[in-house]
Parts: sequence; structure tokens; C-alpha cells
Amino acid sequence: MIYDSASWTALLALGAGHGINPAMGWLFAVALGLQRGRRGAVWGALGPLAVGHALAIAAAILAAGVVGVILPLGVLKTATALLLVGLGLFRLVRSRHPSLGSGRAYGGMQVDGRELAIWSFLMASSHGAGLMVLPLVLGDPASAAQAQHVAHASLVVLGEPGWNGASAAVVHTVGYLLVTGLIAVVVYEKLGLRFLRTMWVNLDLVWAVALVVTGLAVVL
Amino acid sequence: MARLRPDPTFYPSAKQAAAAPPEELAYLAMLSPNQSRSDAIGVVDVKPGSKSYGRLLSQIEMPKRGDELHHFGWNACSASLCPWAAHPHVERRYLVVPGINSSRIHILDTKADPRRLELVKVIEPETLARKTGYAAPHTVHCGPDGIYLSALGAPDGGGPGGLFVLDHDSFEPRGTWERDHGPQHLAYDFAWHLGYDTTVTSEWGTPSMVRDGVNPELLLGGKYGNSLHVWDLRKGTHIEKLPLGDEYQMTLELRPARDPRKAYGFVGVVISLADLSASVWVWYREDEKGGKDGKERKEGKAGKGWKVKKVIQIPAEPADPADLPPLLQGFKAVPPLITDINLSLDDRQLYVSCWGTGELRQYDVSDPFKPRLTATTQIGGIVRRAAHPASPSKRLNGGPQMVELSRDGRRVYLTNGLYSPWDEQFYPAGLESWMVKLETRPEGGMALDSKFFLEMERGVRCHQVRLQGGDASSDSFCFSS
Repeated sequence: MIYDSASWTALLALGAGHGINPAMGWLFAVALGLQRGRRGAVWGALGPLAVGHALAIAAAILAAGVVGVILPLGVLKTATALLLVGLGLFRLVRSRHPSLGSGRAYGGMQVDGRELAIWSFLMASSHGAGLMVLPLVLGDPASAAQAQHVAHASLVVLGEPGWNGASAAVVHTVGYLLVTGLIAVVVYEKLGLRFLRTMWVNLDLVWAVALVVTGLAVVL
Repeated sequence: MARLRPDPTFYPSAKQAAAAPPEELAYLAMLSPNQSRSDAIGVVDVKPGSKSYGRLLSQIEMPKRGDELHHFGWNACSASLCPWAAHPHVERRYLVVPGINSSRIHILDTKADPRRLELVKVIEPETLARKTGYAAPHTVHCGPDGIYLSALGAPDGGGPGGLFVLDHDSFEPRGTWERDHGPQHLAYDFAWHLGYDTTVTSEWGTPSMVRDGVNPELLLGGKYGNSLHVWDLRKGTHIEKLPLGDEYQMTLELRPARDPRKAYGFVGVVISLADLSASVWVWYREDEKGGKDGKERKEGKAGKGWKVKKVIQIPAEPADPADLPPLLQGFKAVPPLITDINLSLDDRQLYVSCWGTGELRQYDVSDPFKPRLTATTQIGGIVRRAAHPASPSKRLNGGPQMVELSRDGRRVYLTNGLYSPWDEQFYPAGLESWMVKLETRPEGGMALDSKFFLEMERGVRCHQVRLQGGDASSDSFCFSS
């Protein structure tokens, strides 16, 4: 089975990596704290941010599972790889704010918990966070076939492996939440936003490259 | 291509932006009202000690004549750091320059050589009309998720006016911003309370009401704008109309508090029909008054509960009709005509231009409901015609009009042209245009810089000033403190 301790660690680390990106949540939590003038607003934002992020990961795993009913694992992995590379290249050229059909970026400074979760879901999805997790969840066809005696990835998601899919989303989100929360609280309480101007490295660029590399790694 | 680090001119908060280094260049709208040539954007050296200090370094002419350049702005600014639509690695690089009469929008590149601009794109009026239904584009603000512009009205010269958005990357118009205009018909300026997901707009007149000069019939009938409108920034829907009163005419420049926690702002009103006075009003959310520590209500959706209150009134000055233009002779007084105001990034100082009487006033607005006059500088004016220290014997016309302020609040730049057809009515002898600079003191006080007196050549008039790297009115902020 694919879920050895290395896989769990990788999922956790990937979640932590997503959490570092200011555009993925912690900066929003800090801004809400400053706007409302209380630290409770920072803490209160973390739950909805995590829920949205988890749902985005779960949605990607579920989608892969459903598609896996039809496609052999090998094909599914190639498709994932192509999507990763494609999204990465697209994001290198053009970076768009996710919107809900209105053409306007989704969000604002007076968001409630539900909206914050939707925002987090959209940000994670549009950045391909879920897609990036897939290679870890899908495993390699040979070992999956040996372990499960099937060549379809659907079993990875349904049944016992399905539980594994859900735990993958949760483990990943724990990594995300820990880092997002830690940075948000430290920045709000201690650091302030002065360093944003100089230290906010273009993670979108790094991210786009990471998407492409992940995609290539899956095929090679 | 995106940058690896954020643009160094982006600041999370207004307070941090106020610590920015001083500007070295200013960009200046230069008009040719008789259309003998094209309008241009000039580059002015504002670095003290420089050999060409206070002089025009270059100018780039627009491709066609008759644009009537007016206001302009940056493609991107500190609003790019807003957490829900962050894209801090774009550049503050392009000036978006609309022609209010031609409805052409020019995109100028400042990067290759900030002292010599390049034209990189023109949006034609037909494209603007097709995609937005608007004409006469006016105010430009770089927003969190696009470049927002206001427009005075429709291509046929009527209304309604409103807002539209240009795409960050392509500069193509994305469409009309409003989903529901409600009772709003007239448009002019707009401002944001990004912390409250709220937009505020003001009223002048539709293109046909202003293009041929101020129409005395419309003015005396109170037909020009006299209200503010509050909008839901996220939905593009009208929330409420804030009428100032029938006698007030032309609610123009909007200057919201720069701290996104503060739910108030200032608007200048050109004239009162009752006594020709001019006024400044504060719009505010009801819970803002008395709740300065901000603990009352800093959360909740954009909604009703906004008010507007007059906080400054400047009376007309009695005058000999012989000194007055025909439009004003019957009134035997010169109206102050507040045509522009500006607010420092620390929300402390408000500058008020009195284009008629030739005064710039500085107020301490630490308490926005109790402004305190801290200094007055006189230059030009319909009757006063005050001189500049660089040329003490030369009587100037025009008056303080567009007022721009450096990010640190220490320097004020003034120009004296309003709007070509209106200039002729108030300064019929022919407005001779100039740009001047004042040094200010944070605790109050200001004085004209005797080394900075840039006179336009005859036939050229200057309007808005933008400062390199941003100025007090160019950026919006999403982070408090």
C-alpha cells in the first residue's frame, strides 16, 4: 500500500508548503485581525481557511477516484501529470484571481466564515493544490496492482482506500493549518507586516514551477 | 513578466507608505485647449538640488488632438497586497491616461526611461462604448482585482455615468461595474473603504451638461450633482443615496480615510446656490462618530447606515463687478469654488483648493468632525491675482486647483487649470497655466517654494499631477496600522 510513513510525511510537508504562501490564507487572517482590532479574528479565520483547503484537496482526490473508475491507473496518472504541467505553464504566463463567474475576484474584508471557506477552497483549487497531492495519493501502478490486485485507482478512494483518501486530505490540511496558524499569529502578535514588502518571494512563480516538476516526476 | 519580490512602491498600510522616500519625478497632464496640438503628459524634475529642478524634462504627445486629459492613475499600487486578491509581484509601471472629451484611454510605460514615457496602447472610444456603455472616463484607481475607472456618462452625452474595470494584464475594458444603479444617474469621482467592502461615488454632470461649460440655467436650477452614493463593492449594487441638500451643487473630489478601519472620508462641494459659499463634508458610517478606537462595529457586510455632514464652509468674498467675469457680475462676489481636496496618508491634514478666490487651505482633521484651519496660502484668484515669490510682480490668474501631496505629506504640488470650457468662463482673459510646489510642516503650516514655479507656454494648461512611486491619492490599502 502506498501509505507508508514517507507518504504521510510528504503529505504533511506539502500541506505545510501550501501554508507558507501568503496568498493561501495566513495574510488574510492577519488582515482580518487588524481590521477588526482583535486577535480573536485571526484565530477565528483559521478554521474556515482549513475547511476550505481540506475540501479542495478532498475534491481533487474524489474526482480522481471517480475518473479512476473508468480509466486505468496508468492513464489517470498521465492525465494528472498533463494537468499539472498544463496548469503550471498556464500560471507561469497568466495569473488570475479566482472568481465565481462574476469576473470579479472572490472575497473582501467583511467575509464571514462560510465565505472565507469558499475563498480558501477557490484559492487552493485554482493553485492546483489538490492536483499536487494526487501523485502522492495515487501511488505507482505496479505496487497498487500488487496490493489491491486491481489496476483501477477507484479502489484507492472507495472502501478502505477511500478512507485513506480522506485521511490524506486531513493529514495534508493539518500541515497547512499548523503553518498558516503559526505564521498568522506570529505576524499579528510580533512581526507586523513590514517585512512583507521585501520578503514576499513570488511563490506563485515557484509554485508554477513546482506544478510542472511534479507533473514531470509523475510521468518519468 | 512578474517580479520575484514585491514592487518596492507597494506598502501594506498607509502608515508605512508615509515613510516612503521622497519622489524625484512628477507626471503632469498638459492640455492644448485650442487643439493646435495634441494633449501631452509631461515629466517634471522635482528633486531638490537637481540642475533641472522644477523644470519640464520631456513630454509625450497623445496620438490625436482634443483628448482633454484630466485625471490619470497607475496600473497597480499598494492595493495589490490586499489579502483576498494578492498579486504583489506586478509592477507599478503604466500610467492609465483617459481623455475626458475623446473617451480615448492611453496606456503609457514609465519603466524603460521614467523621464521619457512611451505610449504602448490606446483603447478607442468605440471599444469603451461597446464593452461598457460608458464615455468620458475620469478617475483612475488601481484596485485589488483590476483597474477601476469612473465615467461621466454614456456615448450620447446622457447618463447614467458609472464605473468600469480594465483588466490588469491586457488593459481591455471588462465591462460595466454596476449591477444595479438604483437612483444614481450622475457620476464623477469614486473612492473605496476597502476594509468595509464599500464604494462611494460623487456627482458632477453628464458629458452634455459639462462639455460646453457650466450651464447657468442648469446650475441655478440645481441640476448638477448634489449627492453621494454608497455601494456594495463586492456586488456592484447601490446601497444608499446621501443627498447633501438642494442648494449644493457639484459634489466632486472624494478623499476617503487611508486607514481601512476608519469609515469616513471628505468630499468637496464647489458651490452653494444660497450664498455662493463652498464647503467640505464628511461622509461616515454612523458607528464611526464617537467610536474612534474602532471597537464599536468593525465587522459586518457593506450596508446602510452612512451619513453626511458639513464640516467646513468657506464664504464668498465681496467684489467689484468690474473685476468679475460676466458669469459672476450679477452676484458682486467671488465664490471660493472648492474644486479639489486632498488628504495626507496619516489622515491628519486636509488640503482644500479654492480656485475662485485663489487660496490653498490646510486643515488639521485629526478629528474629522472638527477641522481646524492651520494655514492658508494665496496664489492667483479671480480678483486677488496673488503672485508667486519667484516672480513677485507678476499677477497670476487661475487658482489652486488640482492638489497632490507627497506620501510623507511634506510637499504639495498645485496646478491651476480646471476644465478647458470652464476655465474660459471664470478666467475669460485666458488662463495662464502654472505648476507650483509648497513645503509643509506636519504640525501645521506651509509655504510656497520660491525655486519651484513652472509656467506653461502660452496655450498649454496643466491639470492633474501624479508622483513617481505613488502619492497621497494614488494608492488604496487593505491593512490597518
